[in-house]
Amino acid sequence: MTEPLLRLSGLTKAYPGVVANQDVSFNIGRGEVHALLGENGAGKSTLVKTIYGLVKPDAGSMTLEGQPFQPPEPRAARAAGVAMVFQHFSLFDAMNVAENIALGMENPPPQAEIAARVRTVSDQYGLPLDPDRIVGELSAGERQRVEIIRCLLQDPKLLIMDEPTSVLTPQEVEILFKTLRQLSSEGTAILYISHKLEEIRALCDNATVLRLGQVVGECDPRKTSARDMAELMVGTTLHVPEKAEKPAGEVVLALEGLSAKAPHQFGTALHDITVEVRKGEVLGIGGVAGNGQDELVAALSGEMKTAKAMVGYKGEGIGHLPPNARRKIGLLAAPEERMGHAAAPDMSLTENAILTAMTREGLTSKGFLHWGKARSFAEGVIATFDVRTPGPQNAARSLSGGNLQKFVIGREIMQAPEVLVVNQPTWGVDASAAAAIRQALLDLAEKGAAVIVISQDLDELMEISDRFAALNEGRLSAPRPAKGLTVEEIGLMLGGAHDMEVAHVDA
Amino acid sequence: MIMLEKRPQPSRGWTFATPVVAVLLTMFFGGLLFAALGQDPLVTIRTIFLDPLFSEFAWFYRPQLLIKGAPLVLIAIGLSFGFRAGIWNIGAEGQYIVGAICGAAVGLAFYPIESFIIFPLMIIAGALGGMAWAMIPGILRVRFGTNEILVSLMLVYVAEQLLASMALGALRNPDGMGFPGSRNLSQYDSAANLEIIAGSGMHWGVVTAFIAVILAYIALSRHIFGFNVRLSGQSPRAARFAGVNPGLLILVCMGISGALAGLAGLFEVAGPAGQISIDFNVGYGFTAIIVAFLGRLHPVGILLAGGLMALTYIGGEIAQSNLGLPIAAIQILQGMLLFFLLAVDVLTNYRITFGKGQKA
Repeated sequence: MTEPLLRLSGLTKAYPGVVANQDVSFNIGRGEVHALLGENGAGKSTLVKTIYGLVKPDAGSMTLEGQPFQPPEPRAARAAGVAMVFQHFSLFDAMNVAENIALGMENPPPQAEIAARVRTVSDQYGLPLDPDRIVGELSAGERQRVEIIRCLLQDPKLLIMDEPTSVLTPQEVEILFKTLRQLSSEGTAILYISHKLEEIRALCDNATVLRLGQVVGECDPRKTSARDMAELMVGTTLHVPEKAEKPAGEVVLALEGLSAKAPHQFGTALHDITVEVRKGEVLGIGGVAGNGQDELVAALSGEMKTAKAMVGYKGEGIGHLPPNARRKIGLLAAPEERMGHAAAPDMSLTENAILTAMTREGLTSKGFLHWGKARSFAEGVIATFDVRTPGPQNAARSLSGGNLQKFVIGREIMQAPEVLVVNQPTWGVDASAAAAIRQALLDLAEKGAAVIVISQDLDELMEISDRFAALNEGRLSAPRPAKGLTVEEIGLMLGGAHDMEVAHVDA
Repeated sequence: MIMLEKRPQPSRGWTFATPVVAVLLTMFFGGLLFAALGQDPLVTIRTIFLDPLFSEFAWFYRPQLLIKGAPLVLIAIGLSFGFRAGIWNIGAEGQYIVGAICGAAVGLAFYPIESFIIFPLMIIAGALGGMAWAMIPGILRVRFGTNEILVSLMLVYVAEQLLASMALGALRNPDGMGFPGSRNLSQYDSAANLEIIAGSGMHWGVVTAFIAVILAYIALSRHIFGFNVRLSGQSPRAARFAGVNPGLLILVCMGISGALAGLAGLFEVAGPAGQISIDFNVGYGFTAIIVAFLGRLHPVGILLAGGLMALTYIGGEIAQSNLGLPIAAIQILQGMLLFFLLAVDVLTNYRITFGKGQKA
């Protein structure tokens, strides 16, 4: 095969103040699984948006099957055979699978025909999915299948996948990989974006590494170690978080039969969660999104009130206390959604510092705000956690995801909590920032705080947890020491095996 | 091709420039409108925007500016808290009426006793009356999740009926020979909202409006209450996370806007209007919504916007009597002002880019 499927040459795209892509060139062959690696802000998303017709390059050109290819909009890209599965799903919870798929089509055929085609494709590729189910009831893995099947119905030549495994259990990842390998053997090329280097090593044929908008290297991921790839991405040697061995302290937080109704239609009820967390310990809670993580964080932060005795803090029942009363006694939380929950996008970083720190840092007296104090607290967070921003007067929305996450986590840690609950602390954060956040959490535990880390990233949990528990449909498994747990054991704890059917097509 | 590109953060320059640009655009297109009506556009614009301040009769119009501007500013300041927090009290007109009725009723109950305590009691009654009327949509929203826009708006019409019934029934002047309308409070010294300096237009309502501007400024920029209001409007989830009780915030915001509207009604009925009559309300409660947005929901902005809106009212009256312009033309002008403000407002958060984005 002489002519590659997609050839990128000299792609350059500049935004005011930043060059997102500079002279990016590489090729993707037919049926090749090509990894695109890079830190947050390295220009990966700009590049795939260019290929998908969402961004127009300033310079450079692309060819698809030897023909000049410059899609003015995604519709043109789809017509040429390029499909994309985004990191964030664009599905409507209240509609069923077939209706959601019809919404993405130019000329949708009747519902029955779509349903039939969905069944065919899902059989063919071993992606079990019932077209009549309501999307709001599907797991994250199943929702992703809806997106993938939506793409496959277009019969694409190139499938772009942006961070596809961040929401999947190990078993679901296995199913996805099987499907992708089958697609690749049938000649569909896949451009695969991920932070998870071990996955890339398992799946991809080639990898292109971007740093600050430029191609800094290509490698064969099957022959390169994850550490080498990470260092290529970051450009320096990588600092791996260190965990000190220590004896567990006294119990500081005790959940006693914590139960709560689902707060809204597509929420998850919590059932009888009982667990103790000790000083100086990191409890890792794994589980696929939508299994009660948000609700558990809300019950701990005080956004959702429960019976007094369900949440015990140093022997006192605090389930009825509102958020600021809990902060006052040392129980702090950082929710998953940075924009609009942990931080207000349109407010400055100083104001966002006030958001949670006003009680513990004494940023108000008699209700009046101390702007100077708030500003220096925000500056302290920015300096200590290496938040890249011109200053605390900047709006939270002007920060990249990773930088805002460092600010949000830093804001809580700087308040010296006795118990810190974090949900998805490194979601969408690049490798070096993620390492810094994990290290900060370990340092906090080292100083004697109890830390609860809720995450879907099992590697992360194994790296920093002392004990591990799994959250599944609002129920928490009994915690087990993290040391020595195998991926299979974790998978079973997560209940990932239920309604899971490994591809029954032998590809 | 013209495209809108979202700014990484709101432009400071445009935040201040949009009201000015909106006023200029209104003058320009208003001029075109007046030209189409057969008037000289320059003369008309001058009559509306400049004559109230600088003509030979300005000594008469300038006090009018304070009298018309004060209720607008007072009501708009109250509304701005709710609007910032995403709580839409559209019924300030009704709260204004009920505040006037309650305040006037207290004053009339004491007639003809003269005492210094009467006017303060009327002020309290006016504020409480407006607040109580605003609590109806507030409590319904918190308890039952009703839409406060609809409920508060519909209560305006209920308040108007109440006003008519009071003017014809309970509060009717017993010495009025059967004519509708209450006794004239401005002729009852203990209950009159008199000018503090004669001929200046400066009555107690004007003073209260200025105090409200100052207090609102402090609350919004220095106090945790203002912070919580802004936070709730921008990110309701983040506000809950920060410990804001959303139900309580709704009640407080509705209460503040109702109380200030009620105060505006009381000062009007005890002063410039003088009595409870069937046609007592003239739409200040609705115009104040425009004033609040024209002033960017910022206390100082609202003060300036209230002045500008009062100016168009008075200038409109002059244009009506001197140039024979229909009153509808003035209302179109006021509508244009809000329209252009909202349109130009887009530039605060977006920038316009021309061409197909070939050059960045």
